[in-house]
Amino acid sequence: MRTFLGNKRALAGAAILLLYLLMATVGPYVVPLEAEQHPERALRPPSLEHPLGTDYLGRDVLAQIVHGSRDVLFVAFLAALFAILIAISIGIFAGLKGGITDQVLMTFVNMMLTIPHLPVMMILAAVFRVKDPFSFALILAFWMWAGLARAIRSQVLSLREREFIEAARLLKLGTVHIVFKEILPNVMPYVAINFVSMMRGAIVSSVAIMFLGLAPFSANNWGMMLNMATIQTGAIYIPQALSYVLSPLLAIMLLQLGGYFFAHGLEEIFNPRLRAHE
Amino acid sequence: MLIIAKRALLAILTIVVVSIVTFLVIQNVPGDPLYEWAMDMVQTSGLDFETAYKIAAQMYGYNPNEPLLERLVTYLKRLLRGNLGYSMIYRASVNEIVAKALPWTAFVVSTALLLSFAIGAALGTAIAWKRRSLLDPLVTGYASLTAATPDYVTAMLLLLFFAIRLKWFPSRGAYDIGLTPGLNLEFIANVLYHAALPILAYTIEGIGGWALAMKGSAVSVLGEDYIMAARARGLKDRRIVTAYLARNSILPLITALAISFGGMFGGSILIETIFNYPGMGWFFSQALMRKDYGMLQGLFLLTITATILANFLADILYAKLDPRVRLEGGR
Repeated sequence: MRTFLGNKRALAGAAILLLYLLMATVGPYVVPLEAEQHPERALRPPSLEHPLGTDYLGRDVLAQIVHGSRDVLFVAFLAALFAILIAISIGIFAGLKGGITDQVLMTFVNMMLTIPHLPVMMILAAVFRVKDPFSFALILAFWMWAGLARAIRSQVLSLREREFIEAARLLKLGTVHIVFKEILPNVMPYVAINFVSMMRGAIVSSVAIMFLGLAPFSANNWGMMLNMATIQTGAIYIPQALSYVLSPLLAIMLLQLGGYFFAHGLEEIFNPRLRAHE
Repeated sequence: MLIIAKRALLAILTIVVVSIVTFLVIQNVPGDPLYEWAMDMVQTSGLDFETAYKIAAQMYGYNPNEPLLERLVTYLKRLLRGNLGYSMIYRASVNEIVAKALPWTAFVVSTALLLSFAIGAALGTAIAWKRRSLLDPLVTGYASLTAATPDYVTAMLLLLFFAIRLKWFPSRGAYDIGLTPGLNLEFIANVLYHAALPILAYTIEGIGGWALAMKGSAVSVLGEDYIMAARARGLKDRRIVTAYLARNSILPLITALAISFGGMFGGSILIETIFNYPGMGWFFSQALMRKDYGMLQGLFLLTITATILANFLADILYAKLDPRVRLEGGR
């Protein structure tokens, strides 16, 4: 804990993330979303009543940012969770099993890693016309797990040769015990650090996909807001609408910065060896 | 040799698997992709629906009555002949669209890549050489900021301020519509004027990463004996930095540069859409948004193939440039 408080980057990142977490959990109750449209006050610049201005239908932009943060974080959380579950299963399975299973799985992992992710995610979202956060998160997760699975597998390979695993095996404790009691606790810190980075990646991709209007299930997602402001209505060309376009952009940027600082700070604290990675 | 053969095999395997999976995914598109096209033909050319549907199916290279396996074989044969398929919304072969779009993407991305690589490598060398200068935290901070900001946010901000607000740069197209393409100064200037913001967007995003990579590489080179030897021989700092330090530290970055060239199409989707720049990425997002699966399939396969080939070439290039890798590979 003391090292954490001493790491300014991690601390700043945590503060920013906490702010977003509050916005996503408490925020929607504080700033209610208005359903009715007010075309007469469309695309207004910021005012006391609407601190971030209004959108093309005269609705409050701040409320959309706040409610959007919930959608964005929820999809990203699910995607990171799915990706980590896949990565842990495949990584541990390949590492423990070894032999031909390991080779086949690692060939698959290497294939997944050479394929550019964003175009594939976009195609899948468009073709399957995702309409709910769960299937959207699954599509994202399917292209996010490979790198972590490879890292976990190599950790398992080295853990496998260590004495405490050997001892567990001699005591005939069974594979289930070895996986859950001996191996998982040892790869967990690594997984925890990766969780934040994965959420960061999922936010970038999901907002990008929504920006192209390919996953139109949530009207308040920041990506949808950008899609509406640029591709659908062209509000980006109207001078008064500056805050409408700028708000989702800055919301993504600040969240990404927070996640970046937090993840890198954590890396430095938990795993000094990773510092060379940067 | 063995390792190259293995890599080549994996590359080919990946391309084949991706082609087949793409085919299966596109075949399972909900609804009938030919229906709308045929309906459109009925309205514009007065054909009856059945004839129109047949024509559409033929152009698309798709016969819904054929068994799946036969359709797959026809599709793979077509791909092997280099035929990328047919676009429904442009009523043109994907090959024609690629011929029009690819030069723009290649021009913008390679210019930006080389620009950011050159600036980044110079900055990285500088901060590795003078560790306690003011430049170091400045470059590191810049790198964090750009690494955290998604490229499309940077692009939108550039568009918003420099094209729409200040009107310094155009917000769409690769050149003014009135101009005829040709090798004259006016046309070239106009092309550069239109490409400026996309190039800037990539470059702003790229510099930081290259600078940090170069710094890391240069710091380890600084510990080498030949740098000490160069110093002992009393060579000028300038010469040590350019001829010894930079030259040797750039080596490991060349592979990453080669990989980046392959990834350029994937990265261009959002940037080109935002700046309305008619390259590969712009056509890709058009295909996505307007559900043109024929064009989508063709552009996607080309993108994937380019990326995989670039990765493969980068591997070989690295082994050629750095003899130490070959030794490791032979183990």
